[in-house]
Amino acid sequence: MSTAPVELERPETEEQTAPNLPWVTIVWNDPVNLMSYVTYVFQTVFGYPKSKAHKLMLDVHHKGRAVVSSGSREEMERDVATLHEYGLWATLQQDK
Amino acid sequence: MTRGFRAAGGGVAVDLDAEETEILRAMAGLVLELVEEPPEKDEFERIVGIGANTEKPDDPVLARLFPDAYSGDDADPSSSADFRRYTEDGLRLNKRANARSLIEELPAGGGGRVELDSGGAHAWLKSLNDVRLALGTRLGIDEEAHDAYLRGEAVVPESQAAALHLYDWLGMLQESLVEALFDVRREGE
Repeated sequence: MSTAPVELERPETEEQTAPNLPWVTIVWNDPVNLMSYVTYVFQTVFGYPKSKAHKLMLDVHHKGRAVVSSGSREEMERDVATLHEYGLWATLQQDK
Repeated sequence: MTRGFRAAGGGVAVDLDAEETEILRAMAGLVLELVEEPPEKDEFERIVGIGANTEKPDDPVLARLFPDAYSGDDADPSSSADFRRYTEDGLRLNKRANARSLIEELPAGGGGRVELDSGGAHAWLKSLNDVRLALGTRLGIDEEAHDAYLRGEAVVPESQAAALHLYDWLGMLQESLVEALFDVRREGE
């Protein structure tokens, strides 16, 4: 016979992250990906107009990184996974 | 020698000679060797992520193809590990499927024309990028040094010349595919 497990408290690490801050997806510059390709991927994945996709690509190229989307942690994990499919160097983090 | 991809009939097309066909077959084959098939799992293991890899690969090429997902000074390392646990197997399978799709669409016996619909074109696009990431990482491509080389201002060691030539040819081919896909998109608007 077993008793129902007591409800676990949320892990400490989850309490430490500030819940109100949005999450962002960042794409980092790398020497291999073609500029036209990065623009094409931003348009295809996010549905951005070419002008916005092009500007984000230039930000990545010149500043070394650019925030390409923001939202919930789950949404950003999905964006990062999709960008990894395309071979872009993408990460997510809390925006602060 | 190929003139690259062009928009054709709502999709894209490219003419490849026999040597180019074999180069692409070999390069996509390298991706299949490099990106191993994930171990078989039953449904329970799949759902709870048992047996899945959680560590960033040591090999720089694999580390580039499968990067950590979380950045920032305060990133909890277990977040990247968990992300890897639940996504890396799927990413491996997709990269393998794209490489296989590229190989399957190549002309059989010598060169010929490759015609791709949207799905096929995107599989090629991603796989050509994987090939270039692998080769570029192995060659230690550096943006400024490579630009200088392309301008004819830098001398490369003879041992690297053939690989660099191949890397640039793959870049040209991928660039033409991106431009052809932009053309297809404009035609659809």
